[in-house]
Amino acid sequence: MQNGKTVVIGVIGADCHAVGNKIIEHALKEEGFNVVNIGVLSPQEDFINAAIETNADAILVSSLYGHGEIDCRGFREKCNEAGLKDIILYVGGNLVVGKQDWKEVEKRFLDMGFNRAYPPGTDIKLSIKDLKKDLGIEE
Amino acid sequence: MDAILLIDFGSTYTKLTAVDIENEEILATAKDLTTVNTDIMIGFNKAYEKLLKNIGDKEVNFVKKLACSSAAGGLKMVAIGLVPELTAEAAKRAALGAGARILGVYSYELNKHEIEEIKNKRPDIILLAGGTDGGNKDCIIHNAKLLAEYIKDVPIVVAGNKNANDEIEEIFNSAGVFYKITENVMPKLNTINVEPAREVIRNIFMQKIVEAKGMKNAENFINGILMPTPAAVLKAAKILADGTDKEEGIGELVIVDIGGATTDVHSIAKGDPSKPGVTLRGLQEPYAKRTVEGDLGMRVSAMSLFEAAGTRRIKKYIPNTKYDIEERCKFLQQNVNIIPQTEEEYEFDEALGMVATEIAMERHVGTIESVYTPMGIIYSQVGKDLLNVKYLIGTGGVLVHSRNPEKILKAGLFTMETPNYLKPTNPVIMIDKTYILSAMGLLAEEYPDMAVRIMKKYIVRA
Repeated sequence: MQNGKTVVIGVIGADCHAVGNKIIEHALKEEGFNVVNIGVLSPQEDFINAAIETNADAILVSSLYGHGEIDCRGFREKCNEAGLKDIILYVGGNLVVGKQDWKEVEKRFLDMGFNRAYPPGTDIKLSIKDLKKDLGIEE
Repeated sequence: MDAILLIDFGSTYTKLTAVDIENEEILATAKDLTTVNTDIMIGFNKAYEKLLKNIGDKEVNFVKKLACSSAAGGLKMVAIGLVPELTAEAAKRAALGAGARILGVYSYELNKHEIEEIKNKRPDIILLAGGTDGGNKDCIIHNAKLLAEYIKDVPIVVAGNKNANDEIEEIFNSAGVFYKITENVMPKLNTINVEPAREVIRNIFMQKIVEAKGMKNAENFINGILMPTPAAVLKAAKILADGTDKEEGIGELVIVDIGGATTDVHSIAKGDPSKPGVTLRGLQEPYAKRTVEGDLGMRVSAMSLFEAAGTRRIKKYIPNTKYDIEERCKFLQQNVNIIPQTEEEYEFDEALGMVATEIAMERHVGTIESVYTPMGIIYSQVGKDLLNVKYLIGTGGVLVHSRNPEKILKAGLFTMETPNYLKPTNPVIMIDKTYILSAMGLLAEEYPDMAVRIMKKYIVRA
């Protein structure tokens, strides 16, 4: 059953980890989302352009190679510039390198304007549950 | 004998080709100046007389007379989309593939200033796109409202988000706009669907534009002006590459057409990465793709060609020329009817042709970029990979009448100096010696098998 919501997903930056991204696409489709997968090696602009054309409700950014923080800087500001004022932004994966305290990492991403950030090893089901809540979809 | 007459009302010349349909041979060709400003039939009749003379004393019965046209400015279009790299680009590609000359590409919500600009450009058709199916519809509806209010007299082809179609229909109906709705040029993100829009554009061209350009009286004598000339060339290219149900094609190919004002490149090829481990990015490319470079030409656009290339790039091909490159280009632009006489003049024209081919190919083909990642270098491709295309074919007056078409066309090949451009590496170089491609595109409408066979016979190694 389609739930009428469109989500743009992809892997940001010079990152070509394709498998997790496919799993996310599959899981979201199972839950009735219209998924627009822009694939790997995607710059911020590709996420934003895709969201404009498809009138997306949320953007889910994946980053697996540890440079997520650099790649995601200014993402919210660009969305605002492009007229995607209240679009929901999530980010997840192996966002940073080294042993860093997740609470601090999360705070950095939330400060950048992401609605939610997820640590390594998060079950996609958890993110989908949050997404449904944030988009007001009844379980 | 039974024959078919194929006519190309070009911007300068009206070109006729007579095809013997029993023996599948070109009987004769002839041309004369196009006379669209007075009566298009004057130039046609002159050319027709020459043609009959060239045929000689054979008894010929023309069973069909088909035409294409790029006279009176060709088919002029404006393309409108939402995001420049997505639906606006898809709309542009659809219009180019329909054989149009693009006057402008617009994106996002139009403002009144842009509407005024579009109006002043006097397009023949406007292609309105925006949004994937189920995606954004505010933008296309906004633009439809503005068009309906301020530009009522230009036919509009709507090829955007299908969810907006009902509303657009209402807007255009109540404003009395002539419009046709067709499938979205980009139904899903990065997936293009240009054929339905191309077909609708061609129909409007036949129904309305031919008449608006004062060519209706030609239709009393001929069976119809079926399409713009570039569309006929693209059609010929496609059928030559793919073949038909009965006749085998020759495989993937690229066609270069250098003119006085523009350089056209057509490619019939999938363009998928030819090397492993390359990631393809961006908007999908049309299998039959046409690009037009309005700033690359041998005469009218000689100065803009100079500006695009610069002295050094032109001089690379003629290191010992006595000419000052800029001065000579300026001279050629002001004297468009110059035909080279001396060895030096020939060499200069050849060099211009080579630079035009080189740059037009760079703009047509895809590029590859190396991306440094923690896992090492990986490659990302945007556009078509044409490295392994089998044939490179030259057409158009400049190449057909050149002494050395192969040399000019070779300037469009892959080179290690700019290895990121995915140009053909080692294609067979061919030439449309009898200048029949547009005629064969027309013939293919009625006799596709024969068109393939004739092209295989008459398009020869350079």
